[in-house]
Amino acid sequence: MTGFVLDGYDPQGFYCEMLRCAATAALRQRLDHLPLADFQRRTAAAAQALYDYGITFTLYSESSAIDRILPFDPIPRVLAADEWRQIERGIIQRVTALNLLLDDVYHGQKILKDGVIPPDLILGNPNYRPSMHGAAVAHKAYVNICVLRAFPDLVDGIGLRPVEDYGSRLVAAMREIAPASSSEPQIVLLSPGIYNSAYFEHVFLAREMGVPLVQGSDLVIEQDRVYMRTIAGLHAVDVIYRRINDDFLDPEAFRPDSLLGVPGLMRAYNAGNVALANAVGTGVADDKAVYAYVPKIIRYYLGEDAILQNVETHICREPNSLRYTLDHLAELVVKPVGEAGGYGITIGPKASRAELEECRAKLVADPANYISQPCIDLSVAPTLCDGGVMPRHVDLRPFAITGKSTWVLPGGLTRVALRPGSLMVNSSQGGGSKDTWVLEQGLE
Amino acid sequence: MSSSPLLARYAECIFWLARFIERAENLARILDVNETFSRGRSAAQSWLSIVQLNADEERFYKKHRTPSAERVLAFYLTDADNPTSILSAVTNARENARTLRPLVSTEMWVQLNTFYHRMGAIGPGDMLPGSLSRLLTSIKEACQTFTGITEGTFYRDQASYFYRLGQYIERADQTTRLLDTKYPLLSGGSDTAAAVEVGQWHALLRSASGYHAFRRVHSSELTPARVAGFLLFNPAFPRSVYLCVREAADALAALKHHYRLRAGNDISEGLDGLRAILEERSIEEILAGGLHEFLDFLQDYLIAITDRVSAAFFARRPVSGGPNPAAAAWPLAPVPQIPS
Repeated sequence: MTGFVLDGYDPQGFYCEMLRCAATAALRQRLDHLPLADFQRRTAAAAQALYDYGITFTLYSESSAIDRILPFDPIPRVLAADEWRQIERGIIQRVTALNLLLDDVYHGQKILKDGVIPPDLILGNPNYRPSMHGAAVAHKAYVNICVLRAFPDLVDGIGLRPVEDYGSRLVAAMREIAPASSSEPQIVLLSPGIYNSAYFEHVFLAREMGVPLVQGSDLVIEQDRVYMRTIAGLHAVDVIYRRINDDFLDPEAFRPDSLLGVPGLMRAYNAGNVALANAVGTGVADDKAVYAYVPKIIRYYLGEDAILQNVETHICREPNSLRYTLDHLAELVVKPVGEAGGYGITIGPKASRAELEECRAKLVADPANYISQPCIDLSVAPTLCDGGVMPRHVDLRPFAITGKSTWVLPGGLTRVALRPGSLMVNSSQGGGSKDTWVLEQGLE
Repeated sequence: MSSSPLLARYAECIFWLARFIERAENLARILDVNETFSRGRSAAQSWLSIVQLNADEERFYKKHRTPSAERVLAFYLTDADNPTSILSAVTNARENARTLRPLVSTEMWVQLNTFYHRMGAIGPGDMLPGSLSRLLTSIKEACQTFTGITEGTFYRDQASYFYRLGQYIERADQTTRLLDTKYPLLSGGSDTAAAVEVGQWHALLRSASGYHAFRRVHSSELTPARVAGFLLFNPAFPRSVYLCVREAADALAALKHHYRLRAGNDISEGLDGLRAILEERSIEEILAGGLHEFLDFLQDYLIAITDRVSAAFFARRPVSGGPNPAAAAWPLAPVPQIPS
């Protein structure tokens, strides 16, 4: 293979973010002068560095445990400044509305009484926590992924929004939600431990925040207060940034078989002696069926139109939507509401007849478990593949931190579907990541 | 930002991280010296003595019917099911380092991570007589590299003292085990074997990296008693039991003075007691009472120290309530009698 990185790159009729965006001219020019072989060699070196740094997850088979790096693509995804401003405003609007929704759901439930959302969708949701009813705080916090710095000469001279202050932003938000009694709050990050696939991220965050990374077994509750076990005895804890789902937080309150959590934690939480981020019961706003109502939720609480458009969503629990979905099955994407990681999804245009019939049977048997959406042509971005640089579909997962106000990390995680023609960006379905650059200025 | 006290689990992990690195290094030294011993002797018996040294007979015979160089080497180098293999030690060290990622330097982690991956790539060809020595040297050097990186990059707070505590307790223990490899010869040595034996004590010293240091103290004849005495009592040799006990005591004292950790008072007493025993005994007394018995006593004593370190600092139970398991009097192990 000879030539330069973008030689012969053909987006195959899809919307290519790199070619369509004028602001990427400077980057394109560099890629046009970068020999492909050189780029491939450096990509391999970056992959080796990730392996050596242990930024890996472990695949267990019967006889062995193999470390694999998280797949990545070296060609960055670039967002122009004005493009990003729009996204940022949209995210803040969405986060604000969802926090208002959660506050309402766990207090007056006005939105349900006013008939904007079917009450059953919230109250019958497995992530709805009746014990949170009347509790005081519900702040949200999302997380960041480490940025690979293997290509500094690509970055040099192109004004990029910095992402280094993510940790200090998190700490600031954690301080803001600490119980009022603690003047110098002790913050900890609670992780399921080293076997969790996101452990590396937990380490990164704890280090950036400068707080202890703890496991459930490090914490103990005495008289409704949280302590951590140290070499000098028990030490009080005020704020827990937890990376453990509600279900596993406290075996006394939720799943009794959970070994990850802390017995009695909910007692301390309900007594107001410790703050949890995210608050308990936020999963209800993360539901794919609730997602369909986001434009209505924004209008209801903020009186505004949604800045970021929603994908048209049919909620199969509603008879009309179910009928529509069944009638147009071959054109739609059908997703289970409670699953993450791209599991259980049927993509109509790509499904075989048998797969469609199987999907139909599931829909009829349990309509409330599904939503459907039109097949979205995700945009593509140039991606380094075995046969050279090819168009691959991408999406964007932004991160926002909310304490007293909401801050959005410039960029976020770009996920890329590495398999040819695939729309599945989830890491469990052959997806990888790309660096995400947000430009400081619109155009050079 | 004010730093919070060290998590008990982290202290435990750093203590054992240090121990596993020392253990891997010393096991490589023991295999290396045995490779030298076994030349021209009953090789199978010589390799079996390593299994006995680690009290691994039961586990070994479950897998292998008879000992041979290849089997013992595979058992101690690459057997992931054997908890006393070098591979297991490095795996455990890496697992601890993974837990300690927020505390250890990136350089420490990367070196250990790549070392672990290299261990996984060892094949049978690397353990053949022609290449074995090179393999053992590379393992030893990887451990020394880690120790050096730690010295040069590890933040010097409480955690670093737990590292030193583990490092020197393990090193003291391993020196007693290295000495024990020579025990069968020492007790049954006949006159005709004397010349061979001196050569082997020579090799033992070298495998502990002690030959040059020994020569600075003893310019005359190299005798078994002098070598054993040097490895037990020398106050300046970095691998002598005496120096290791003193370094461990210093690490504990630092925890007590700089961080007010009084839970270690009792352990300090225990280490002082052990130091006194090492200062008072002569090598002649110990050889007369049985070197093996004395080495056993030292190993039991170090295990008792470890138990008390665990109880004092790593306890998983809340500190409130319950009897303190670290309250019994020293020494827990009976001091071997000196024949009068």
